[in-house]
Amino acid sequence: MNPLGITLTIVVFYMFSELHSRKRAVYTNPVLLSIVTIAAILNFGGFSYESYMDSAIILKFLLGPAVVSLAVPVYKGRETIRAYAREITLGIAFGGTIAILSAFYIAEFFGGSEEVLLSIAPKSVTTAIAIGVSEKIGGIPALTAVLVIITGLLGNAFAPELLNLLGVKDKVARGLSTGVSSHGLGTARIIMEDELAGAVSGLAMALNGVFTALILPYLIELIK
Amino acid sequence: MNPYRGLAIIFGFYATGEVLSSGLGLPFPGSVVGMLLLLGALLTGILRIEWVEEEAEFLVRNMSVMFIPPGVGIVTYLGLMRSQSVPIFVALTLSFLITLLVTAKTVELLRRS
Repeated sequence: MNPLGITLTIVVFYMFSELHSRKRAVYTNPVLLSIVTIAAILNFGGFSYESYMDSAIILKFLLGPAVVSLAVPVYKGRETIRAYAREITLGIAFGGTIAILSAFYIAEFFGGSEEVLLSIAPKSVTTAIAIGVSEKIGGIPALTAVLVIITGLLGNAFAPELLNLLGVKDKVARGLSTGVSSHGLGTARIIMEDELAGAVSGLAMALNGVFTALILPYLIELIK
Repeated sequence: MNPYRGLAIIFGFYATGEVLSSGLGLPFPGSVVGMLLLLGALLTGILRIEWVEEEAEFLVRNMSVMFIPPGVGIVTYLGLMRSQSVPIFVALTLSFLITLLVTAKTVELLRRS
């Protein structure tokens, strides 16, 4: 096995996560910077993606067990889920569906190809689940991964300000809309302003991931 | 505590989810099936949270680094990204705004009623 991929990933991610802990900003997001940097190194160094993935696939494989592990925060948040059951159920059913349909139809309107439409449909859910969904429905998982991260960065950078502009003051509404629209990266930001909003956002992210994984294959058959 | 108990449970549920997903030809990722099974096992008390808590939280906290390898796959689609940049970026931005607005207003209405 060629150790290039996993070593490069860990070293580059380590450097950017150090940078991010010193300078917390959207543009220092360590995942996006690592992807761009590694892609550039492969491109200019003349390495193929296959030779990179030879060992980096170990990290990718761990996404499966990590998604299974999301059961733990959901289980621990069951009291919060029970307390706001109606808001969470309807907010996710509505918001999660709108996220899929709006991305699909807007991309189609602006001339998106079929593989782009299938890759963009799951972009609002947490990366690990979105990649799995994209694979199942015939999208391009790598493209989905990048689109999900960009979506998350939008939430991380702008969600609280946009909610202020919209006059949304309610903590549950702020958390839920952030988690549904921009998964973990949005959650990371909203949790800094309020604990309840952060908890609801994290739960909304996990539950919207499950909701999207369960309905998207059927929804796509209807709209494609 | 032996961390291999937690890991054995998590990997076991993942493998079960994958086997069910491909074996039954389910349209959902095996990881999501495994997650729902683990959640069911915790809620029904078949498994105790302490058995998996630490290992699960470690994996969830470190998910970011795992997205990098699939994300780097974008190098093989640079041409597509360039030719489709308009639909991609317009859809991402507008869909994010619409989703945030619709979800926030839905929840606000419910909270008032």
